[in-house]
Amino acid sequence: MPTFVYMTRCDGCGQCVDICPSDIMHIDKTLRRAYNIEPNMCWECYSCVKACPHHAIDVRGYADFAPLGHSVRVHRDEEKGTIAWRIKFRNGKKDMELLAPITTKPWGTGQPHLANEAGPSNEMVDSELLYKEPKYVAMNDSGLPTLKSNGLSLKEGVYY
Amino acid sequence: MGYKTIIEDDIDVLVVGAGLGGTGAAFEARYWGKNKKIVIAEKANIDRSGAVAQGLYAINCYMGTRFGENNPEDHVRYARMDLMGMVREDLAFDMARHVDSAVHQFEEWGLPIMKDPKKGNYLREGRWQIMIHGESYKPIVAEAAKKSADKVFNRICVTHLLMDDSKDNRIAGAVGFNVRTGNYHVFKSKTVICGAGGASNIFKPRSVGEGAGRVWYAPWSSGSAYGLMIEAGAKMTQMENRIVLARFKDGYGPVGAYFLHLKTYTQNGIGEEYESKWFPALTEMVGKEYLDTEGQHLSHKPIPTCLRNHAFINEVNAGRGPIHMVTMEAFQDPHLEEIGWHNFLGMTVGQAVLWAATDVDPKYENPELTTSEPYVMGSHATGCGAWCSGPEDVSPDEYFWGYNRMTTVAGLFGAGDAVGGTPHAFSSGSFTEGRLAAKAACKYIDDGKAEGINVSEKQIADLKKKIYKPMETYTVYRNEIVAGSVNPNYINPRQGLDRLQKMMDEYCGGFGVNYMTNEKLLQIGLKKMKVFGEDLESIAAEDIHELLRAWELKHRYLTSESVFQHTLFRKETRWPGYYYRGDAMKLDDENWHVLTVSQRDRNTGEYTMEKAPLYHLVDDE
Repeated sequence: MPTFVYMTRCDGCGQCVDICPSDIMHIDKTLRRAYNIEPNMCWECYSCVKACPHHAIDVRGYADFAPLGHSVRVHRDEEKGTIAWRIKFRNGKKDMELLAPITTKPWGTGQPHLANEAGPSNEMVDSELLYKEPKYVAMNDSGLPTLKSNGLSLKEGVYY
Repeated sequence: MGYKTIIEDDIDVLVVGAGLGGTGAAFEARYWGKNKKIVIAEKANIDRSGAVAQGLYAINCYMGTRFGENNPEDHVRYARMDLMGMVREDLAFDMARHVDSAVHQFEEWGLPIMKDPKKGNYLREGRWQIMIHGESYKPIVAEAAKKSADKVFNRICVTHLLMDDSKDNRIAGAVGFNVRTGNYHVFKSKTVICGAGGASNIFKPRSVGEGAGRVWYAPWSSGSAYGLMIEAGAKMTQMENRIVLARFKDGYGPVGAYFLHLKTYTQNGIGEEYESKWFPALTEMVGKEYLDTEGQHLSHKPIPTCLRNHAFINEVNAGRGPIHMVTMEAFQDPHLEEIGWHNFLGMTVGQAVLWAATDVDPKYENPELTTSEPYVMGSHATGCGAWCSGPEDVSPDEYFWGYNRMTTVAGLFGAGDAVGGTPHAFSSGSFTEGRLAAKAACKYIDDGKAEGINVSEKQIADLKKKIYKPMETYTVYRNEIVAGSVNPNYINPRQGLDRLQKMMDEYCGGFGVNYMTNEKLLQIGLKKMKVFGEDLESIAAEDIHELLRAWELKHRYLTSESVFQHTLFRKETRWPGYYYRGDAMKLDDENWHVLTVSQRDRNTGEYTMEKAPLYHLVDDE
């Protein structure tokens, strides 16, 4: 049923409810724990699985084509900047651990506050340039390509 | 209904939908509008919303001009070839010349981009794709948008755009409701940048039951980009250009890295190469200009995605399925094997789940492929979307009306899936379009174009009534029956979605009819759609969550109607393998080397269709 929640691990904190892109992780009012209210709108995107502080959420593949007995578990760590996966096959023959980086910077520090940066010149406002351009186009002084600079025209008709 | 009305006033730039396009818009708007009020309204949570919510393992649009790899015009020619000529080349050139500057910033923000240890450039998956560890692509980009925006409203389902009551055809903001509290939100704004998404789940999906969520494009991509703009009367283009994807069966895991980086290839059920035998007949259908297998290696022109689908579909119909991806060779290399798995975990975990469940180890078994149900969107290998102005220094007169990425509604801009005629933008290109739209929106305001906007109390009150009507319908009629979901007075959103998908599949060229349609079928389909539109007035929502689904369905409906109209208008088969007009099976450059443009009258709902000229980038002599 795509995602599901283990009864004994969930404490109803609502992190999954907060992050689910499909609005399908809700809190059961009687049990005060989260569950997937609409499995056929679940993408198995793992956003809730990654967000759960207690690893209380797991995925059981779509019933219409995925047999039981598999496992794909994940631990995402913003402080370490890594994501760790473990994949177990139904037949037990494959048990893989995979690790990947998720960022190269301390979390949330790399992005600028544009309100604090110097504003654009009038000349820039009237140009086709965007923030950080022309330098960031090619990380040199070559400038922003135009039809003229690249020897091009736009012509009406059938061209291939 | 006791829901509060919450008004956010004096907004300069309202971003509706903050996927990659919307985040690009919100981020960039702050630079050009230091003192402007920038607000985001997002249906989910911008840390994990849009098509990139799950992550990506590649950035599919990067020129690499700094490494001497490609120029923008190379990408335009590639997109033109892949889309059988149908591209807004001014917009495509503009996106391509700016896109690298977005990617270079992503790297600074902490996105891990893989490097080629020998050459020092970004590791290429293919000519346009670079490989990333992109599990956190979306939260990293969202952080930049959050730092720029004055306010981020998560969990607001925007249902309608607000129109200026003092001046015709001018935008004035948007309205929607909070999917948690149920409150009615009114955003009064001088400009709106529509960054909402394309449409999954409008054609009947191959998966049934629970697996209906396992669509190629995210299930939350509800065609709202189109639903919102069509209803506001914006002109749309290329809405017939739906896309069908050849993907790993059932899990819809991506094949790009497999083909390009792992060098896997396809074969039919009896182990043969099959594509080339379909090409001579295909060349007959589309002309040698679009498929010249003998000259292809000389011209370096790629074989268009749709034509490769065509070979796939026909091979399966000839009884020689299934089509397999030959992975057993590449996966003997442990490094490539690891990449193969990482590729799924980074962007389509469900495929890893499926292979684990079915014990498919691609090292010892070649997995099956399939062709998907069609999707309507504008940033992958297809270009549905709004008819937008291009940049002043590039666009011919027919493509320019003052502000880059502005639709035909004054003050309404688009980014990502919302902009038509710009295929192959992908994540980085959508973000770039958002940036372009943001700069133009700020200029529009500074030029005084948004002066004197007036939104009447009546408009706000009427829309509120309209939004909550499905809940009222439920309340009024629910107790006429004992229990259950069968009611003679209403249908629920799921029932409506099933009906829409069946109509689209059977009459508009879904997988169930091998992507085939014709004029007669389309006309019957449109007739049924009209009746369905009436029934949508009687849709019922039991709670706020169902109200969300009801409005998503209405956006999907408006999208679908437009797809029907455009498919009917273009009387040729332009993209064999995406869909076929059985009554006009050939590509017809004499009559149809044009872009299709539609407009739905915002008062009467009537459609008008027109042809717009195609301009191509050519080298100066």
